[in-house]
Amino acid sequence: MSLCLQARNLACERDDRSLFADLDVDIQGGEVVRVEGPNGCGKTTLLKILSGQLGDYSGALFWNGRPMQDVRDAFLRHLLYLGHAPGVKAGLSPLENLVWYQALSGERSSEDRRLDALANVDLAGFEDVPAGQLSAGQQRRIALARLKLTPRALWVLDEPFTAIDRNGVAALEATLLDHARAGGSVIVTTHHELAASPLLRRLPLGESMQPSAEA
Amino acid sequence: MTEGMTESVKQQSAPAGDESRNAAPSSGLGIALAATLRRDLVLMLRYRGEVLNPLVFFALVITLFPIGISPDPELLQRIAPGLLWVAALLAALLSLDSLFRGDFDDGSLEQLLLAPQPLAALSLAKVAVHWLLTGLPLALMAPLLGVMLSLPPGSYSILSLSLALGSASLSLIGAIGAALTVGLARGGVLLSLLVLPLYIPVLIFGAGAVQAAIMGDGAGAHLAILGALLAASLALAPWGIAAALRISING
Repeated sequence: MSLCLQARNLACERDDRSLFADLDVDIQGGEVVRVEGPNGCGKTTLLKILSGQLGDYSGALFWNGRPMQDVRDAFLRHLLYLGHAPGVKAGLSPLENLVWYQALSGERSSEDRRLDALANVDLAGFEDVPAGQLSAGQQRRIALARLKLTPRALWVLDEPFTAIDRNGVAALEATLLDHARAGGSVIVTTHHELAASPLLRRLPLGESMQPSAEA
Repeated sequence: MTEGMTESVKQQSAPAGDESRNAAPSSGLGIALAATLRRDLVLMLRYRGEVLNPLVFFALVITLFPIGISPDPELLQRIAPGLLWVAALLAALLSLDSLFRGDFDDGSLEQLLLAPQPLAALSLAKVAVHWLLTGLPLALMAPLLGVMLSLPPGSYSILSLSLALGSASLSLIGAIGAALTVGLARGGVLLSLLVLPLYIPVLIFGAGAVQAAIMGDGAGAHLAILGALLAASLALAPWGIAAALRISING
């Protein structure tokens, strides 16, 4: 498995406050990396840097051993990023939302796969309801349907468990571990306690580094 | 599901330099562009108010002028080209602020930036939808309002044509400003300040074309310059929009 994302000497400053410094991150295929730390310690910022969205940092990023700026296009073709905002259009139905994401990722349009992906996140029967009329959890599920719809090796998920019910959380946890088992890798931030697994690795962030503080 | 995933992960995790995969994005670009056009058109048509707002503004402004100034046909005819063009320009400017705002608020914009497709092309698709639902209707509506300003019938086609050409440039140039200010809570005023100076050449030659048509001179030269301005903005603006979006998301 050639998947390998590395960060060297990563440092980031926000409003004269150092979020992290001298941070080395190694992400290989087959693991779930949980970035943890108290609120405001820079988890989202780190995820945005690792997914190539922020240029406002010092240090170096490597994708499969090559500098990120040289292989950005190849990197993006292997990346699935889900941010704080689910990226779901309220005026479009779940199915229409997925049509756009499927096309954007360069996949062939396939109605069966979209229906399958929606059924997979328990949205069967809501395919044609405008997303604005669905609950926050259901909107989040539309975004999560993309995990299945557009297969990508590297998942970067910022608080994916937000607004998801208990069954959904268990299913999503299983999906993350399945993905790692299949050779993909997941970088995730969450305040939800993930079940212990040999595939799970913790990445504490923040100067205080008190893992118990958030539990 | 796990099996399917294994397969797909293997497929996706081919070495980054794998040349065989390089064919995919170029063929995928057409699909992505068509889907973006379709999505934005459907969204805009579902929120009809946003499409109607600039048109209603245009109609209201032009209706007020004969009442406020004088119903004298000769006077109105003299100022009509400028009035129509200024009102259409402001109507187009009003609608610009929402061009990327919705996508920024719900997170679609960061997904657009992370798509493995050239951002310049994708943003061009968004601008095309903006022009189709703002600039083009304004151009088609202008002759109707021209009647109110006693514009001679011979100049209707030139008026529509100049507005259609000019508003495309306005959409393209304005989108750079909209992209730059999308991250700001109240970017509307700043957007106008940024964009208006760049609109002036389009306004001069657009109004000039209609003026020339009324005088009976050929409007060809003016239209040619409008076309040249459109060609230049079509070639350059997408890169500006893409860069501006990156800056906005970075901030």
